[in-house]
Amino acid sequence: MRRMLNTLYVTSEDAWLRKDGANVVVEIDGSERGRAPLHMLEGVVSFGRPGASPALLAACAEAGITISHLDPNGRFLARVEGPRTGNVLLRRAQFRAADNPTRGVPIVRGIVAAKAANQRTVIRRALRDHGDSLPGGGREALEAAERRLTDVARRTLAATSVDLLRGLEGEAAQAYFGVFNQLLRTGDPAFVFGGRSRRPPLDRVNALLSFFYALLGHDCRSALEAHGLDPQVGFLHSDRPGRASLALDLMEELRPVLADRLVLSLINRRQLAADDFTVEDAGGVRLNETARKRVLVAWQERKRDELTHPFFGESMPLGVVAHAQAQLLARHLRGDLDGYPGFVWK
Amino acid sequence: MPASPIDRETEEALIPLSALQHYLFCPRQCALIHVEQLWAEDAATAEGRLFHDKVDAGRAETRPGQRVARGVALRSVALGVTGKADVVEFRGRDHLTPFPIEYKRGKPKAHRADEVQLCAQAMCLEEAFGVPVPEGALFYGETRRRQGVAFDEALRALTRQTADAARSMIASQATPPPVHMPACRRCSLEALCQPARLEAPPSVARWLAAQIGA
Ligand code: SF4
Repeated sequence: MRRMLNTLYVTSEDAWLRKDGANVVVEIDGSERGRAPLHMLEGVVSFGRPGASPALLAACAEAGITISHLDPNGRFLARVEGPRTGNVLLRRAQFRAADNPTRGVPIVRGIVAAKAANQRTVIRRALRDHGDSLPGGGREALEAAERRLTDVARRTLAATSVDLLRGLEGEAAQAYFGVFNQLLRTGDPAFVFGGRSRRPPLDRVNALLSFFYALLGHDCRSALEAHGLDPQVGFLHSDRPGRASLALDLMEELRPVLADRLVLSLINRRQLAADDFTVEDAGGVRLNETARKRVLVAWQERKRDELTHPFFGESMPLGVVAHAQAQLLARHLRGDLDGYPGFVWK
Repeated sequence: MPASPIDRETEEALIPLSALQHYLFCPRQCALIHVEQLWAEDAATAEGRLFHDKVDAGRAETRPGQRVARGVALRSVALGVTGKADVVEFRGRDHLTPFPIEYKRGKPKAHRADEVQLCAQAMCLEEAFGVPVPEGALFYGETRRRQGVAFDEALRALTRQTADAARSMIASQATPPPVHMPACRRCSLEALCQPARLEAPPSVARWLAAQIGA
Protein backbone atom coordinates (compact mmCIF):
# COMPACT_ATOMS: atom_id res chain seq x y z
CA MET A 1 0.00 0.00 0.00
CA ARG A 2 2.56 2.49 1.14
CA ARG A 3 5.32 2.24 3.66
CA MET A 4 4.39 3.82 6.96
CA LEU A 5 7.15 6.27 7.69
CA ASN A 6 7.45 8.30 10.84
CA THR A 7 5.88 11.62 11.52
CA LEU A 8 8.11 13.87 13.57
CA TYR A 9 6.11 15.70 16.22
CA VAL A 10 7.87 18.68 17.70
CA THR A 11 6.11 19.49 20.93
CA SER A 12 8.24 22.21 22.49
CA GLU A 13 6.74 25.61 22.01
CA ASP A 14 10.20 27.20 21.69
CA ALA A 15 11.58 24.81 19.12
CA TRP A 16 13.33 25.99 15.96
CA LEU A 17 13.78 23.52 13.13
CA ARG A 18 16.64 23.58 10.71
CA LYS A 19 18.38 21.38 8.18
CA ASP A 20 21.79 19.84 8.70
CA GLY A 21 22.90 17.71 5.79
CA ALA A 22 20.11 15.22 5.20
CA ASN A 23 18.74 15.65 8.72
CA VAL A 24 16.21 17.80 10.45
CA VAL A 25 17.56 19.29 13.67
CA VAL A 26 15.40 20.52 16.54
CA GLU A 27 16.93 23.41 18.44
CA ILE A 28 15.85 25.19 21.59
CA ASP A 29 17.68 28.36 22.60
CA GLY A 30 20.44 27.62 20.16
CA SER A 31 21.23 24.14 21.43
CA GLU A 32 20.43 20.94 19.62
CA ARG A 33 17.72 18.80 21.23
CA GLY A 34 17.22 16.16 18.59
CA ARG A 35 17.67 15.19 14.99
CA ALA A 36 16.13 12.79 12.50
CA PRO A 37 17.15 11.73 8.99
CA LEU A 38 14.77 13.13 6.40
CA HIS A 39 14.44 9.87 4.47
CA MET A 40 12.78 8.28 7.50
CA LEU A 41 10.05 10.90 7.61
CA GLU A 42 6.68 11.23 6.02
CA GLY A 43 5.68 14.44 7.75
CA VAL A 44 6.64 16.98 10.38
CA VAL A 45 4.07 18.41 12.75
CA SER A 46 5.33 21.28 14.85
CA PHE A 47 3.64 22.91 17.80
CA GLY A 48 6.50 25.36 18.16
CA ARG A 49 6.21 29.08 17.67
CA PRO A 50 9.56 30.03 16.07
CA GLY A 51 9.23 27.91 12.94
CA ALA A 52 11.65 26.34 10.50
CA SER A 53 14.51 27.45 8.28
CA PRO A 54 13.91 28.02 4.58
CA ALA A 55 16.58 25.41 3.79
CA LEU A 56 14.62 22.79 5.73
CA LEU A 57 11.35 23.85 4.12
CA ALA A 58 12.92 23.45 0.69
CA ALA A 59 14.46 20.05 1.47
CA CYS A 60 11.14 18.76 2.86
CA ALA A 61 9.21 20.13 -0.09
CA GLU A 62 11.50 18.33 -2.48
CA ALA A 63 11.34 15.05 -0.58
CA GLY A 64 7.54 15.18 -0.39
CA ILE A 65 7.59 15.67 3.38
CA THR A 66 4.85 18.00 4.50
CA ILE A 67 5.44 20.33 7.42
CA SER A 68 2.36 21.38 9.35
CA HIS A 69 2.50 24.16 11.88
CA LEU A 70 -0.07 23.91 14.64
CA ASP A 71 -0.44 26.23 17.57
CA PRO A 72 0.25 24.72 20.99
CA ASN A 73 -3.42 23.74 21.26
CA GLY A 74 -3.19 21.75 18.10
CA ARG A 75 -5.03 24.28 15.99
CA PHE A 76 -3.86 24.27 12.39
CA LEU A 77 -1.91 27.36 11.37
CA ALA A 78 -0.09 26.67 8.13
CA ARG A 79 1.59 24.01 6.12
CA VAL A 80 4.37 23.85 3.62
CA GLU A 81 4.36 21.40 0.79
CA GLY A 82 6.35 20.85 -2.34
CA PRO A 83 5.54 21.37 -5.98
CA ARG A 84 3.59 18.21 -6.59
CA THR A 85 2.94 17.13 -10.10
CA GLY A 86 -0.46 16.05 -8.86
CA ASN A 87 -2.88 14.55 -11.27
CA VAL A 88 -4.89 17.05 -13.19
CA LEU A 89 -7.26 14.45 -14.66
CA LEU A 90 -8.17 13.10 -11.26
CA ARG A 91 -8.69 16.60 -9.94
CA ARG A 92 -10.96 17.43 -12.85
CA ALA A 93 -12.96 14.27 -12.19
CA GLN A 94 -13.15 15.31 -8.54
CA PHE A 95 -14.31 18.85 -9.39
CA ARG A 96 -16.88 17.62 -11.87
CA ALA A 97 -18.26 15.19 -9.32
CA ALA A 98 -18.33 17.87 -6.63
CA ASP A 99 -20.23 20.24 -8.94
CA ASN A 100 -22.93 17.70 -9.60
CA PRO A 101 -25.38 17.27 -6.72
CA THR A 102 -26.23 13.65 -7.45
CA ARG A 103 -22.75 12.52 -8.42
CA GLY A 104 -21.48 12.96 -4.87
CA VAL A 105 -24.19 10.78 -3.33
CA PRO A 106 -22.35 7.42 -3.53
CA ILE A 107 -19.30 9.05 -1.98
CA VAL A 108 -21.10 10.75 0.88
CA ARG A 109 -23.13 7.62 1.47
CA GLY A 110 -19.96 5.60 1.93
CA ILE A 111 -18.57 8.18 4.36
CA VAL A 112 -21.70 8.58 6.47
CA ALA A 113 -22.55 4.87 6.52
CA ALA A 114 -19.02 4.00 7.64
CA LYS A 115 -18.96 6.75 10.23
CA ALA A 116 -22.23 5.68 11.83
CA ALA A 117 -21.12 2.04 11.74
CA ASN A 118 -17.82 2.95 13.39
CA GLN A 119 -19.53 4.99 16.10
CA ARG A 120 -21.66 1.93 16.66
CA THR A 121 -18.53 -0.20 16.98
CA VAL A 122 -17.17 2.11 19.69
CA ILE A 123 -20.39 1.57 21.63
CA ARG A 124 -20.53 -2.15 20.93
CA ARG A 125 -17.01 -2.61 22.25
CA ALA A 126 -17.89 -0.74 25.43
CA LEU A 127 -20.96 -2.92 25.88
CA ARG A 128 -18.98 -6.06 25.20
CA ASP A 129 -16.14 -5.18 27.58
CA HIS A 130 -17.95 -3.39 30.37
CA GLY A 131 -21.67 -3.85 29.77
CA ASP A 132 -22.20 -5.64 33.06
CA SER A 133 -20.45 -3.08 35.22
CA LEU A 134 -22.17 0.00 33.84
CA PRO A 135 -24.05 2.06 36.41
CA GLY A 136 -27.84 2.23 36.43
CA GLY A 137 -29.35 3.13 33.11
CA GLY A 138 -25.97 3.30 31.39
CA ARG A 139 -26.31 0.01 29.70
CA GLU A 140 -29.81 0.72 28.43
CA ALA A 141 -28.69 4.11 27.10
CA LEU A 142 -25.81 2.54 25.21
CA GLU A 143 -28.00 -0.19 23.82
CA ALA A 144 -30.51 2.37 22.64
CA ALA A 145 -27.75 4.41 20.97
CA GLU A 146 -26.39 1.26 19.36
CA ARG A 147 -29.80 0.51 17.83
CA ARG A 148 -30.24 4.07 16.70
CA LEU A 149 -26.85 4.10 14.98
CA THR A 150 -27.68 0.84 13.23
CA ASP A 151 -30.90 2.39 12.06
CA VAL A 152 -29.14 5.53 10.80
CA ALA A 153 -26.48 3.48 9.03
CA ARG A 154 -29.17 1.46 7.27
CA ARG A 155 -31.06 4.55 6.22
CA THR A 156 -27.91 6.01 4.64
CA LEU A 157 -27.98 3.11 2.19
CA ALA A 158 -31.28 4.33 0.79
CA ALA A 159 -30.65 8.09 1.04
CA THR A 160 -30.70 9.71 -2.38
CA SER A 161 -29.29 13.17 -1.73
CA VAL A 162 -26.31 14.69 -0.01
CA ASP A 163 -28.63 16.85 2.09
CA LEU A 164 -30.43 13.80 3.42
CA LEU A 165 -27.09 12.21 4.20
CA ARG A 166 -25.93 15.32 6.04
CA GLY A 167 -29.08 15.08 8.14
CA LEU A 168 -28.35 11.43 8.90
CA GLU A 169 -24.81 12.27 9.86
CA GLY A 170 -26.14 14.85 12.34
CA GLU A 171 -28.57 12.31 13.73
CA ALA A 172 -25.78 9.80 14.26
CA ALA A 173 -23.63 12.41 15.99
CA GLN A 174 -26.49 13.20 18.36
CA ALA A 175 -27.06 9.57 19.25
CA TYR A 176 -23.35 8.95 19.71
CA PHE A 177 -22.24 12.02 21.60
CA GLY A 178 -25.47 11.80 23.62
CA VAL A 179 -24.05 8.70 25.32
CA PHE A 180 -20.36 9.57 25.15
CA ASN A 181 -20.35 10.25 28.90
CA GLN A 182 -21.45 6.67 29.56
CA LEU A 183 -18.27 5.53 27.84
CA LEU A 184 -16.10 7.39 30.37
CA ARG A 185 -15.73 5.08 33.32
CA THR A 186 -13.42 6.76 35.83
CA GLY A 187 -16.14 8.64 37.69
CA ASP A 188 -13.66 11.54 37.85
CA PRO A 189 -15.61 14.81 37.61
CA ALA A 190 -12.65 16.34 35.76
CA PHE A 191 -13.48 14.10 32.81
CA VAL A 192 -17.09 14.81 32.17
CA PHE A 193 -18.08 15.39 28.59
CA GLY A 194 -20.38 18.38 28.25
CA GLY A 195 -21.40 17.94 24.62
CA ARG A 196 -19.19 18.67 21.66
CA SER A 197 -17.47 22.06 21.86
CA ARG A 198 -14.65 23.10 19.56
CA ARG A 199 -13.84 26.79 19.55
CA PRO A 200 -12.63 26.63 22.20
CA PRO A 201 -13.01 23.15 23.72
CA LEU A 202 -14.84 23.74 26.99
CA ASP A 203 -13.84 20.60 28.85
CA ARG A 204 -10.94 18.17 28.98
CA VAL A 205 -12.63 15.53 26.87
CA ASN A 206 -13.30 18.03 24.12
CA ALA A 207 -9.75 19.36 24.36
CA LEU A 208 -8.45 15.84 23.72
CA LEU A 209 -10.91 15.13 20.93
CA SER A 210 -9.98 18.36 19.18
CA PHE A 211 -6.30 17.62 19.58
CA PHE A 212 -6.56 14.21 17.93
CA TYR A 213 -8.87 15.49 15.23
CA ALA A 214 -6.21 18.05 14.30
CA LEU A 215 -3.60 15.27 13.99
CA LEU A 216 -5.98 13.13 12.00
CA GLY A 217 -6.69 16.10 9.75
CA HIS A 218 -3.00 16.45 9.00
CA ASP A 219 -2.74 12.76 8.10
CA CYS A 220 -5.87 12.75 5.94
CA ARG A 221 -4.76 15.79 4.05
CA SER A 222 -1.37 14.29 3.32
CA ALA A 223 -2.96 11.02 2.21
CA LEU A 224 -5.27 12.82 -0.24
CA GLU A 225 -2.42 14.84 -1.68
CA ALA A 226 -0.25 11.76 -2.02
CA HIS A 227 -2.98 10.19 -4.14
CA GLY A 228 -3.46 13.22 -6.35
CA LEU A 229 -6.73 14.50 -4.89
CA ASP A 230 -7.43 18.12 -3.99
CA PRO A 231 -7.97 18.27 -0.23
CA GLN A 232 -10.04 21.44 -0.50
CA VAL A 233 -12.87 20.18 -2.67
CA GLY A 234 -15.21 18.02 -0.64
CA PHE A 235 -18.50 16.22 -0.99
CA LEU A 236 -20.00 16.06 2.49
CA HIS A 237 -18.39 19.36 3.45
CA SER A 238 -19.07 22.04 0.89
CA ASP A 239 -16.40 24.41 -0.32
CA ARG A 240 -15.38 27.20 1.95
CA PRO A 241 -12.29 29.31 1.37
CA GLY A 242 -9.39 28.01 3.38
CA ARG A 243 -11.14 24.84 4.46
CA ALA A 244 -9.75 21.43 3.60
CA SER A 245 -13.21 20.03 2.96
CA LEU A 246 -12.16 16.73 1.42
CA ALA A 247 -9.75 16.11 4.30
CA LEU A 248 -12.67 16.70 6.66
CA ASP A 249 -14.78 14.28 4.62
CA LEU A 250 -12.12 11.59 4.79
CA MET A 251 -11.69 12.17 8.53
CA GLU A 252 -15.31 11.49 9.35
CA GLU A 253 -15.24 7.72 9.20
CA LEU A 254 -11.82 7.56 10.88
CA ARG A 255 -12.64 9.77 13.87
CA PRO A 256 -14.32 7.06 15.96
CA VAL A 257 -11.62 4.50 15.15
CA LEU A 258 -8.48 6.56 15.58
CA ALA A 259 -9.39 9.48 17.79
CA ASP A 260 -12.48 8.75 19.91
CA ARG A 261 -11.38 5.29 20.90
CA LEU A 262 -7.99 6.60 21.93
CA VAL A 263 -9.51 9.42 24.00
CA LEU A 264 -11.64 6.89 25.83
CA SER A 265 -8.77 4.55 26.55
CA LEU A 266 -6.41 7.32 27.72
CA ILE A 267 -9.03 8.56 30.17
CA ASN A 268 -10.36 5.19 31.26
CA ARG A 269 -6.88 3.84 31.89
CA ARG A 270 -6.13 6.98 33.88
CA GLN A 271 -3.19 7.85 31.68
CA LEU A 272 -4.22 11.47 31.98
CA ALA A 273 -5.04 13.46 35.10
CA ALA A 274 -7.01 16.63 35.65
CA ASP A 275 -3.87 18.75 35.96
CA ASP A 276 -2.59 17.61 32.57
CA PHE A 277 -4.88 20.34 31.27
CA THR A 278 -5.03 24.07 31.73
CA VAL A 279 -8.37 25.75 32.12
CA GLU A 280 -8.11 29.26 30.77
CA ASP A 281 -9.91 32.27 32.18
CA ALA A 282 -12.44 32.38 29.39
CA GLY A 283 -13.27 28.70 29.89
CA GLY A 284 -11.20 27.21 27.10
CA VAL A 285 -9.35 24.02 28.03
CA ARG A 286 -6.00 22.94 26.62
CA LEU A 287 -3.58 20.08 27.01
CA ASN A 288 -0.31 20.92 28.80
CA GLU A 289 3.01 20.56 27.07
CA THR A 290 4.19 17.56 29.09
CA ALA A 291 0.90 15.72 28.63
CA ARG A 292 0.98 16.53 24.94
CA LYS A 293 4.12 14.42 24.61
CA ARG A 294 2.53 11.40 26.23
CA VAL A 295 -0.56 11.78 24.14
CA LEU A 296 1.49 11.95 20.94
CA VAL A 297 3.31 8.75 21.83
CA ALA A 298 -0.07 7.07 22.31
CA TRP A 299 -1.22 8.44 18.96
CA GLN A 300 1.84 7.05 17.18
CA GLU A 301 1.33 3.68 18.82
CA ARG A 302 -2.31 3.64 17.86
CA LYS A 303 -1.36 4.20 14.24
CA ARG A 304 0.93 1.18 14.37
CA ASP A 305 -1.88 -1.19 15.36
CA GLU A 306 -2.43 -3.72 12.58
CA LEU A 307 -5.85 -4.56 11.28
CA THR A 308 -7.42 -6.12 8.25
CA HIS A 309 -8.76 -3.61 5.79
CA PRO A 310 -12.41 -4.51 5.19
CA PHE A 311 -12.43 -3.82 1.47
CA PHE A 312 -8.94 -4.91 0.45
CA GLY A 313 -8.93 -7.84 2.89
CA GLU A 314 -5.27 -6.97 3.46
CA SER A 315 -3.51 -6.41 6.75
CA MET A 316 -2.15 -2.92 7.32
CA PRO A 317 -1.30 -0.53 10.15
CA LEU A 318 -4.11 1.80 11.15
CA GLY A 319 -1.89 4.70 10.10
CA VAL A 320 -2.07 3.60 6.47
CA VAL A 321 -5.85 3.38 6.35
CA ALA A 322 -6.22 7.04 5.32
CA HIS A 323 -4.03 6.24 2.31
CA ALA A 324 -6.09 3.18 1.44
CA GLN A 325 -9.28 5.26 1.61
CA ALA A 326 -7.82 8.09 -0.49
CA GLN A 327 -6.88 5.46 -3.06
CA LEU A 328 -10.38 3.99 -3.06
CA LEU A 329 -11.90 7.44 -3.47
CA ALA A 330 -9.57 8.11 -6.40
CA ARG A 331 -10.52 4.77 -7.96
CA HIS A 332 -14.18 5.61 -7.62
CA LEU A 333 -13.67 9.02 -9.21
CA ARG A 334 -11.68 7.42 -12.03
CA GLY A 335 -14.47 4.93 -12.62
CA ASP A 336 -13.07 1.64 -11.33
CA LEU A 337 -15.64 1.41 -8.54
CA ASP A 338 -19.34 2.26 -8.61
CA GLY A 339 -19.25 3.77 -5.12
CA TYR A 340 -16.96 4.70 -2.30
CA PRO A 341 -16.36 1.82 0.14
CA GLY A 342 -15.99 3.68 3.42
CA PHE A 343 -13.77 2.18 6.09
CA VAL A 344 -16.06 0.04 8.21
CA TRP A 345 -14.38 -0.97 11.45
CA LYS A 346 -15.55 -4.01 13.35
CA MET B 1 21.47 15.69 -40.66
CA PRO B 2 19.43 17.04 -37.78
CA ALA B 3 15.72 16.35 -37.55
CA SER B 4 13.53 19.19 -38.70
CA PRO B 5 11.13 20.85 -36.27
CA ILE B 6 7.52 19.71 -36.27
CA ASP B 7 4.38 21.62 -35.50
CA ARG B 8 3.39 22.04 -31.90
CA GLU B 9 0.35 19.80 -32.04
CA THR B 10 2.30 16.85 -33.41
CA GLU B 11 5.00 17.50 -30.87
CA GLU B 12 2.57 17.52 -27.97
CA ALA B 13 0.97 14.29 -29.14
CA LEU B 14 4.27 12.42 -28.86
CA ILE B 15 4.28 9.81 -26.12
CA PRO B 16 7.36 8.65 -24.19
CA LEU B 17 9.24 5.72 -25.68
CA SER B 18 9.00 3.95 -22.33
CA ALA B 19 5.20 3.85 -22.69
CA LEU B 20 5.58 1.16 -25.36
CA GLN B 21 7.30 -1.17 -22.97
CA HIS B 22 4.81 -0.42 -20.23
CA TYR B 23 1.97 -1.03 -22.65
CA LEU B 24 3.33 -4.41 -23.71
CA PHE B 25 3.86 -5.43 -20.10
CA CYS B 26 0.36 -4.33 -19.13
CA PRO B 27 -1.87 -1.63 -20.68
CA ARG B 28 -3.18 -0.68 -17.25
CA GLN B 29 0.34 -0.17 -15.97
CA CYS B 30 0.94 2.10 -18.94
CA ALA B 31 -2.19 4.12 -18.12
CA LEU B 32 -1.42 4.32 -14.40
CA ILE B 33 2.01 5.74 -15.20
CA HIS B 34 1.34 7.88 -18.26
CA VAL B 35 -2.27 8.92 -17.74
CA GLU B 36 -2.66 8.96 -13.99
CA GLN B 37 0.99 9.81 -13.24
CA LEU B 38 1.11 7.38 -10.35
CA TRP B 39 4.52 6.79 -8.87
CA ALA B 40 6.08 9.04 -11.44
CA GLU B 41 8.85 9.64 -8.88
CA ASP B 42 9.47 5.93 -8.56
CA ALA B 43 9.92 5.56 -12.28
CA ALA B 44 12.43 8.40 -12.16
CA THR B 45 14.43 6.75 -9.38
CA ALA B 46 14.37 3.48 -11.25
CA GLU B 47 15.70 5.25 -14.32
CA GLY B 48 18.46 6.76 -12.21
CA ARG B 49 19.54 3.31 -11.06
CA LEU B 50 19.41 2.08 -14.61
CA PHE B 51 21.76 4.80 -15.67
CA HIS B 52 24.41 3.69 -13.19
CA ASP B 53 24.37 0.12 -14.34
CA LYS B 54 24.60 1.19 -17.89
CA VAL B 55 27.61 3.40 -17.40
CA ASP B 56 29.51 0.41 -16.00
CA ALA B 57 28.44 -1.94 -18.70
CA GLY B 58 28.97 0.72 -21.34
CA ARG B 59 32.69 0.83 -20.83
CA ALA B 60 33.10 -2.83 -21.66
CA GLU B 61 31.00 -2.44 -24.77
CA THR B 62 32.83 0.43 -26.34
CA ARG B 63 35.31 -0.43 -29.03
CA PRO B 64 38.15 1.72 -30.19
CA GLY B 65 37.83 3.59 -33.44
CA GLN B 66 34.07 3.75 -33.21
CA ARG B 67 32.00 6.84 -32.67
CA VAL B 68 29.72 6.36 -29.68
CA ALA B 69 26.97 8.71 -28.52
CA ARG B 70 25.28 8.37 -25.15
CA GLY B 71 21.87 9.51 -23.95
CA VAL B 72 20.76 10.46 -27.44
CA ALA B 73 17.46 12.37 -27.56
CA LEU B 74 15.16 10.85 -30.16
CA ARG B 75 11.75 11.16 -31.66
CA SER B 76 9.72 9.76 -34.48
CA VAL B 77 6.79 11.56 -36.01
CA ALA B 78 5.70 8.38 -37.77
CA LEU B 79 5.57 6.42 -34.51
CA GLY B 80 4.54 9.43 -32.42
CA VAL B 81 7.14 8.80 -29.75
CA THR B 82 9.88 10.71 -28.02
CA GLY B 83 12.63 9.52 -25.71
CA LYS B 84 16.23 8.66 -25.38
CA ALA B 85 18.64 5.96 -26.49
CA ASP B 86 21.20 4.83 -23.91
CA VAL B 87 23.96 4.37 -26.42
CA VAL B 88 24.18 4.68 -30.19
CA GLU B 89 27.25 3.41 -31.95
CA PHE B 90 27.90 4.68 -35.45
CA ARG B 91 29.19 1.83 -37.53
CA GLY B 92 30.22 1.14 -41.05
CA ARG B 93 33.15 2.47 -42.95
CA ASP B 94 32.03 6.08 -42.66
CA HIS B 95 30.53 5.67 -39.27
CA LEU B 96 27.14 6.44 -40.72
CA THR B 97 25.01 3.50 -39.68
CA PRO B 98 23.49 3.98 -36.24
CA PHE B 99 23.44 0.92 -34.01
CA PRO B 100 21.34 1.43 -30.85
CA ILE B 101 22.25 -0.39 -27.65
CA GLU B 102 19.94 -0.51 -24.69
CA TYR B 103 21.05 -1.64 -21.23
CA LYS B 104 18.60 -3.58 -19.07
CA ARG B 105 19.10 -4.36 -15.42
CA GLY B 106 17.37 -7.73 -15.54
CA LYS B 107 17.58 -10.66 -17.88
CA PRO B 108 16.02 -11.43 -21.28
CA LYS B 109 12.26 -11.75 -21.05
CA ALA B 110 9.67 -13.92 -22.68
CA HIS B 111 7.70 -10.95 -23.99
CA ARG B 112 9.10 -8.67 -26.66
CA ALA B 113 8.89 -5.35 -24.77
CA ASP B 114 12.65 -4.78 -24.78
CA GLU B 115 12.96 -5.52 -28.49
CA VAL B 116 10.07 -3.20 -29.25
CA GLN B 117 11.65 -0.39 -27.30
CA LEU B 118 14.91 -0.87 -29.14
CA CYS B 119 13.15 -1.12 -32.48
CA ALA B 120 11.32 2.14 -31.75
CA GLN B 121 14.70 3.75 -31.13
CA ALA B 122 15.93 2.39 -34.44
CA MET B 123 12.92 3.80 -36.24
CA CYS B 124 13.58 7.19 -34.59
CA LEU B 125 17.20 7.00 -35.75
CA GLU B 126 16.12 6.18 -39.29
CA GLU B 127 13.87 9.22 -39.30
CA ALA B 128 16.60 11.47 -37.91
CA PHE B 129 19.44 10.30 -40.15
CA GLY B 130 17.62 9.10 -43.23
CA VAL B 131 19.55 5.82 -43.33
CA PRO B 132 18.37 2.28 -42.68
CA VAL B 133 19.07 0.92 -39.21
CA PRO B 134 18.96 -2.84 -39.63
CA GLU B 135 20.10 -3.97 -36.19
CA GLY B 136 20.96 -3.13 -32.61
CA ALA B 137 21.63 -4.88 -29.33
CA LEU B 138 20.26 -5.39 -25.85
CA PHE B 139 22.66 -5.80 -22.98
CA TYR B 140 21.35 -7.54 -19.89
CA GLY B 141 22.94 -6.64 -16.56
CA GLU B 142 21.92 -9.79 -14.75
CA THR B 143 23.33 -12.24 -17.27
CA ARG B 144 25.92 -9.76 -18.61
CA ARG B 145 24.94 -11.03 -22.04
CA ARG B 146 24.62 -9.05 -25.17
CA GLN B 147 21.85 -10.01 -27.52
CA GLY B 148 21.70 -8.81 -31.10
CA VAL B 149 18.32 -7.70 -32.41
CA ALA B 150 17.43 -7.56 -36.09
CA PHE B 151 14.74 -5.02 -36.91
CA ASP B 152 12.76 -7.23 -39.26
CA GLU B 153 9.34 -6.40 -40.63
CA ALA B 154 7.52 -8.42 -37.97
CA LEU B 155 9.20 -6.50 -35.14
CA ARG B 156 8.59 -3.19 -36.88
CA ALA B 157 4.92 -4.03 -37.34
CA LEU B 158 4.59 -4.93 -33.66
CA THR B 159 6.33 -1.69 -32.72
CA ARG B 160 4.02 0.41 -34.90
CA GLN B 161 0.98 -1.41 -33.59
CA THR B 162 2.06 -0.96 -29.96
CA ALA B 163 2.81 2.74 -30.47
CA ASP B 164 -0.63 3.27 -32.02
CA ALA B 165 -2.40 1.41 -29.26
CA ALA B 166 -0.52 3.16 -26.46
CA ARG B 167 -0.98 6.56 -28.07
CA SER B 168 -4.72 6.18 -28.48
CA MET B 169 -5.09 4.83 -24.95
CA ILE B 170 -3.18 7.77 -23.51
CA ALA B 171 -5.17 10.19 -25.67
CA SER B 172 -8.44 8.72 -24.40
CA GLN B 173 -7.23 9.32 -20.83
CA ALA B 174 -9.03 6.18 -19.76
CA THR B 175 -7.43 3.56 -17.54
CA PRO B 176 -8.39 0.01 -18.44
CA PRO B 177 -9.44 -2.24 -15.57
CA PRO B 178 -6.81 -4.60 -14.19
CA VAL B 179 -6.38 -8.15 -15.37
CA HIS B 180 -4.93 -10.12 -12.49
CA MET B 181 -2.02 -12.18 -13.83
CA PRO B 182 1.21 -13.73 -12.56
CA ALA B 183 3.19 -10.75 -13.87
CA CYS B 184 1.42 -8.53 -11.33
CA ARG B 185 3.84 -9.82 -8.71
CA ARG B 186 6.67 -8.15 -10.61
CA CYS B 187 4.75 -4.93 -11.13
CA SER B 188 5.88 -1.96 -9.08
CA LEU B 189 2.36 -0.55 -9.19
CA GLU B 190 0.62 -3.56 -7.71
CA ALA B 191 -0.24 -1.87 -4.41
CA LEU B 192 -1.79 1.07 -6.21
CA CYS B 193 -3.47 -1.06 -8.84
CA GLN B 194 -4.98 -3.68 -6.53
CA PRO B 195 -5.61 -6.13 -9.37
CA ALA B 196 -7.09 -8.84 -7.14
CA ARG B 197 -9.68 -6.51 -5.66
CA LEU B 198 -10.47 -4.37 -8.67
CA GLU B 199 -10.47 -6.93 -11.46
CA ALA B 200 -14.11 -7.67 -10.80
CA PRO B 201 -15.05 -5.28 -8.00
CA PRO B 202 -18.22 -5.90 -6.03
CA SER B 203 -21.11 -3.47 -6.17
CA VAL B 204 -20.09 -1.00 -3.48
CA ALA B 205 -23.69 -0.39 -2.40
CA ARG B 206 -24.14 -4.10 -1.73
CA TRP B 207 -20.75 -4.37 -0.08
CA LEU B 208 -21.59 -1.47 2.27
CA ALA B 209 -24.94 -3.00 3.13
CA ALA B 210 -23.23 -6.27 4.04
CA GLN B 211 -20.69 -4.45 6.22
CA ILE B 212 -23.39 -2.65 8.09
CA GLY B 213 -25.55 -5.71 8.41
CA ALA B 214 -28.62 -4.23 6.81
S1 SF4 C 1 -0.60 -4.96 -10.95
FE1 SF4 C 1 -1.00 -6.25 -12.73
S2 SF4 C 1 -2.83 -5.38 -13.66
FE2 SF4 C 1 -2.03 -3.87 -12.25
S3 SF4 C 1 -0.77 -2.55 -13.50
FE3 SF4 C 1 0.57 -4.07 -12.62
S4 SF4 C 1 0.64 -5.72 -14.11
FE4 SF4 C 1 -1.10 -4.42 -14.66
